[in-house]
Amino acid sequence: MRRVHDFHGGIHPAENKHQSLQQPIRNAGIPPQLILPLSQHIGAPARPVVAVGEQVLKGQLIAEPGGHVSVPLHAPTSGMVSAIEDRPIPHPSGFPAPCIVIDCDQEDRWAPLQGVANYRDCEATELLELIRAGGIAGMGGAGFPTAVKLAGKPGRAVKTLIINGTECEPYITADDSLMRERATDIVEGIAILQHILQPQEVLLGLEDNKPEAIAALRAATAGSTIEVVTFPTKYPSGGEKQLIEILTGQQVPSGGLPGDIGIVCQNVGTAVAVRDAICHGRPLLSRITTVTGDAVEAPQNFEVLLGTPMQYLLELAGLHPERCKRLVMGGPMMGFTVTTVQAPIVKTTNCILAPTAAELPPPPPAQPCIRCGLCAEACPASLLPQQLFWFAQGKEFEKLEQHKLFDCIECGACSWVCPSHIPLVQYYRASKADILEQRREHAKSEQARQRFEARQVRLAQEEEEREAKRAARKAAAEKRAELAAQGDAEDPIQAAIERAKAKKAAQQDGQPVAASVSPEAALRQKLAKAEQRLAQSVASGEDAKIVSALEASVERLKGKLAEAESAATESGAT
Amino acid sequence: MPSWIAEYPLLAALLALVGLGAPFGALLGFAAVRFRTEGNPIADEINAILPQTQCGQCGFPGCRPYAEAIAGGEAINKCPPGGESTIQALADLLDVEAPPLDEEHGEEKVKAVAYIREDECIGCTKCIQACPVDAILGAAKQMHTVIASECTGCDLCVEPCPVDCIDMIPQPESLQTWHWQMPAQRSNNLEIIATDATPAERAA
Ligand code: SF4
Ligand code: SF4
Ligand code: SF4
Ligand code: SF4
Repeated sequence: MRRVHDFHGGIHPAENKHQSLQQPIRNAGIPPQLILPLSQHIGAPARPVVAVGEQVLKGQLIAEPGGHVSVPLHAPTSGMVSAIEDRPIPHPSGFPAPCIVIDCDQEDRWAPLQGVANYRDCEATELLELIRAGGIAGMGGAGFPTAVKLAGKPGRAVKTLIINGTECEPYITADDSLMRERATDIVEGIAILQHILQPQEVLLGLEDNKPEAIAALRAATAGSTIEVVTFPTKYPSGGEKQLIEILTGQQVPSGGLPGDIGIVCQNVGTAVAVRDAICHGRPLLSRITTVTGDAVEAPQNFEVLLGTPMQYLLELAGLHPERCKRLVMGGPMMGFTVTTVQAPIVKTTNCILAPTAAELPPPPPAQPCIRCGLCAEACPASLLPQQLFWFAQGKEFEKLEQHKLFDCIECGACSWVCPSHIPLVQYYRASKADILEQRREHAKSEQARQRFEARQVRLAQEEEEREAKRAARKAAAEKRAELAAQGDAEDPIQAAIERAKAKKAAQQDGQPVAASVSPEAALRQKLAKAEQRLAQSVASGEDAKIVSALEASVERLKGKLAEAESAATESGAT
Repeated sequence: MPSWIAEYPLLAALLALVGLGAPFGALLGFAAVRFRTEGNPIADEINAILPQTQCGQCGFPGCRPYAEAIAGGEAINKCPPGGESTIQALADLLDVEAPPLDEEHGEEKVKAVAYIREDECIGCTKCIQACPVDAILGAAKQMHTVIASECTGCDLCVEPCPVDCIDMIPQPESLQTWHWQMPAQRSNNLEIIATDATPAERAA
């Protein structure tokens, strides 16, 4: 016998599992319409590859993965795609999301399937590709794409493969009934996982409150290397990190993943789905879902097609709507209230709980925390729930993170034991969401800051360039003026500008060019400039050479002017 | 050991301390020069908290100038886009009391994204010049459009548009942005006897 370990905390709520175990798994059949949300898993939503009005066969691909962490979606039965639109989905927000709606033709015609004859001849990557193509996402509740989880980080060996059959949450018996009735399928699936991962050991862990399942699994695993390990019932031993601690005594580091210590966990339901996908080429089309609670006549496990509206399933189980005060997807501890019975069963729906008001009464009003410490004793993640509660109220996000809020698995044990009935988990969920949102906002504002700064730099650069150009022009103009003043030859550019000016003025007056500016006037202007320049240079005490050069040019200009004037008077006289 | 140390212990101690102080002082002085931090670190930290909407509602031309002003003693409650949470974060950083938002500079609003009604845009480029984060795409006489993911919702592009074709569209809550809310705060009358309740509570 393997020595099992214990984890900190945990509680023993009423199990309420027997109600739904009276009958074997029942096939729920084909409802008139299936509603398949494009996002039934963690990661990018799938992308539809069918059009409205298209006929689809059972098992046909209807949506392809939307990214690396994503899974495809297949038609659970044959029929016609009647809509691709937003429909209510099982989500605590109650917001609708894009879904593919199939009107079933009740003929259940299969698309051709292609299984693998002998998976032992296949490479692990090939099998992973088949698992991905099978649309398999963790069936335990989280819905993480199985192929991604199995692929892990390259180059990291897997020491232990843990198969989770714990199902610790009250009321839920989907895995229990699966283990009782389909133990050989589970073992086949585990063998495939073993072939892919090549672990040193395989442990199948389940609580000792499932004797039939234990017996069935012991029989099915006889002669194999799979070790069935049982341990005392305690909530939440089915939590991934808790189960790892129970079976191996190792703790997953805070903020880390099981893969970091060479462990991979898979749910029993996932193992069966892997077997179907590899051996029969059958994608994930249905799952086992528990329908239970005092508001249904016949609590039972159903094999139900994905996309089946909850209402259809509840009617099969004999729901008394007047008794049912609220509908919960999942169990009483970690589940959430579904806002409408129109929402469909998805890959992660392990249970629909329809309790009466007496069975799951609304929580009494919360009282102030009396610091009794019961919550800290119950917390399986060894956190300090009362401290987290305090910081959550004050929105002290930094302190929350320091107190390892993100290690909280939202198991609800703390709320369950709290004598003040404080809805602790709700505080943690909200705080986690707030922190994640703050991180997103921060990333966004950081981007805005970078863009703003880049723009400032660009504007400054443009301004500088303009400034530089202006300065260059000014310098050039000064230089020309100097040249013009210095040299006896006319500055060609200055002359050109003057010519242009003259031309323009002439055009404006409508007069011929030549008559516009008399040569004497131009010379007089030049002379005035030259004289000014001379006065400047004398005043600023420039080089004697320059001064004399300027004087000379002034003299020359005077001479020229006199000549021009006399010429003008002569021409005027004639 | 020279005999004067034993004779004048006080003097010896003094000398020893001065002897230690001088080289360490020199070392510190050198470090201060050698490892001088560029810029203004506290303003940087403040700037990291401000929302970078760059809207100028605080009365400064952008978040960075306001950050510098806060570092120089300006009030911390002038940024409406940041709202309560930013004031709280600033108060924590600067270790001061968090005042309520200064209404004079505007109220905290739902986040919005600018949207240009494209068939009405005349391509004047005025909004591009106004946008502090270059979130508008377009060229002269061409239709303009806002890159929604980059828009900070600062409103600055709305005013300059001569044909009023820019709307600020508040971002509705969606499946992607939804998250769990904190439980409703306890009503007071749980902790007090009925006669102490406020009239509203008694009515309820
Ligand atoms: S919900 Fe979180 S804090 Fe509360 S007991 Fe579970 S792990 Fe601990
Ligand atoms: S169990 Fe409840 S009352 Fe007790 S310390 Fe925790 S939060 Fe406070
Ligand atoms: S009001 Fe806030 S967001 Fe707007 S510029 Fe000032 S600091 Fe930035
Ligand atoms: S597009 Fe308009 S509202 Fe958005 S950041 Fe630019 S100027 Fe501000």
